Amino acid sequence: MSIVVKVEEKLFQNRYKVDSGRPHISIIDEDKCRSGCENRACVVCCPAGCWTLEGNGQVTVISDGCLECGTCRIICDDHRNVAWEYPRGGYGILFKFG
Amino acid sequence: MSEKFDVIVVGAGPSGNAAAYKLASAGLSVLQIERGESPGSKNVQGAILYSDALEKLIPDFRDDAPLERHVIEQRMWVLDDDSYIGSHYRSEVFNQQPYNRYTMIRSQFDKWFSERVQKAGALLICETTVDQLLLDGNRVIGVLTDRQGGEIYADAVILADGVNSLLAKKAGFHPELHPKDVALAVKEIHFMPQELIEQRFNVTGDEGVVIEMVGKITQGMMGTGFLYTNRESITIGVGCMLSDFKQQQITPYALLEQMKAHPSIKPLLQGGEMKEYTAHLIPEGGFNAVPDLYGDGWMIVGDAGMFVNAVHREGSNLAMTTGMHAADTLIELKAEGREFSAANLKRYKTRLDESFVMKDLKKYKNMPDVFHTNPQFFNDYPELLSKAARTMLTVDGVDKKTKEREIRSSFRKRRSLFGMLGDTFKLWRAFE
Repeated sequence: MSIVVKVEEKLFQNRYKVDSGRPHISIIDEDKCRSGCENRACVVCCPAGCWTLEGNGQVTVISDGCLECGTCRIICDDHRNVAWEYPRGGYGILFKFG
Repeated sequence: MSEKFDVIVVGAGPSGNAAAYKLASAGLSVLQIERGESPGSKNVQGAILYSDALEKLIPDFRDDAPLERHVIEQRMWVLDDDSYIGSHYRSEVFNQQPYNRYTMIRSQFDKWFSERVQKAGALLICETTVDQLLLDGNRVIGVLTDRQGGEIYADAVILADGVNSLLAKKAGFHPELHPKDVALAVKEIHFMPQELIEQRFNVTGDEGVVIEMVGKITQGMMGTGFLYTNRESITIGVGCMLSDFKQQQITPYALLEQMKAHPSIKPLLQGGEMKEYTAHLIPEGGFNAVPDLYGDGWMIVGDAGMFVNAVHREGSNLAMTTGMHAADTLIELKAEGREFSAANLKRYKTRLDESFVMKDLKKYKNMPDVFHTNPQFFNDYPELLSKAARTMLTVDGVDKKTKEREIRSSFRKRRSLFGMLGDTFKLWRAFE
């Protein structure tokens, strides 16, 4: 049994204050993601689906829906290729219930 | 801002609030800095509140804390693909006040806790992220925030900044977390009428039920699922070690969705409306993964210090307790007129060693490794148990002795006799 899940539908329920133009997560060296990484665990394991493997082999991150868990940073332990900061004060996910 | 405080507390979760409350109550000048728009807006928990730790800090917390239901029944389920085999423990003793544990909703609870902290005299500033610690040599002398002119000074800084603990990492106090030392949990909250919850879970009034789950819902990963009843909502989630997610290439929200579709779980959620989806890391590395906890002018409390008892699903009580001990250490030193140096702050570690916090973490120090290297606990055994129960409960003209033989041989086919003996021994050693 496999279930198709759209994470966007889940994230739609959440409240965010997006800091436009100031992403708090970025890739340090894009070439490493393209050619130096086998499993791209960030793409598979991010619970908010922020990471995408593009058709050209490039990995991209859009942190607007980020839940600020830290998974992508810690899971990249073979390459340490994720620059990860908290959003500016007041921005990012605002949990209604937590 | 270039004021100076006795203590700066970074973070307004349970550990930071406990520390700030104690310090302010004792008359120290305390600044607490929170990056969320209000306390709780960045925080995630299951959530179960164990009364004991909070009671020590705020004895009358039950008067006005936003609590959901007191837990009178604990269910433990072992699931395979289409069944569960379980035990339920329900007792009227849990229905006698003062109640021992509650379900709660963290954003509401943290806000309440913070109001108490502010009433005790601490100054809270929200919507402010601490970017780094200010150091003078090895000594922490304050923090740099993302506000304009954001340097603030203090004699001590308590790092209650949560599992990611970026500040201590940037300052070089401890290295990056390892994927095997954190669990990733995802959960949802589903709202439904109070009466529906009460009927469905056989409770009345403020009584609540907790279901802890292991087995095939984690798809072979080391982890557990949970379902908690709140007053008008149910939280359901699943958490597994991050190293397992990585190795097995599993997507967390797909895992959660699969679990919600389990025939034993799905009916419990029927008629509910999902209102929030959250994810959070839980520091489950245990005793061996606890970092350095203090130095010149700084202390680490709560999740940032790996203070979670993964076996007993305890965290916020350890957070509050470590926050209290950190505060007590500073209060004591201040009264003695001693400085907040590493040599003096060692008392914090001594206090923790003598408390249930380190004793419990030490007791289970081998537990993470046992489960990491032995995935059969999460895959094979649940299936075998379920099959055994089904075989014995199916009346089909086969005699019981033959059925028992079938069960024994199915166990042996999956795990050799030595394998099973070894598993028993490993578990016994880890729990001992």
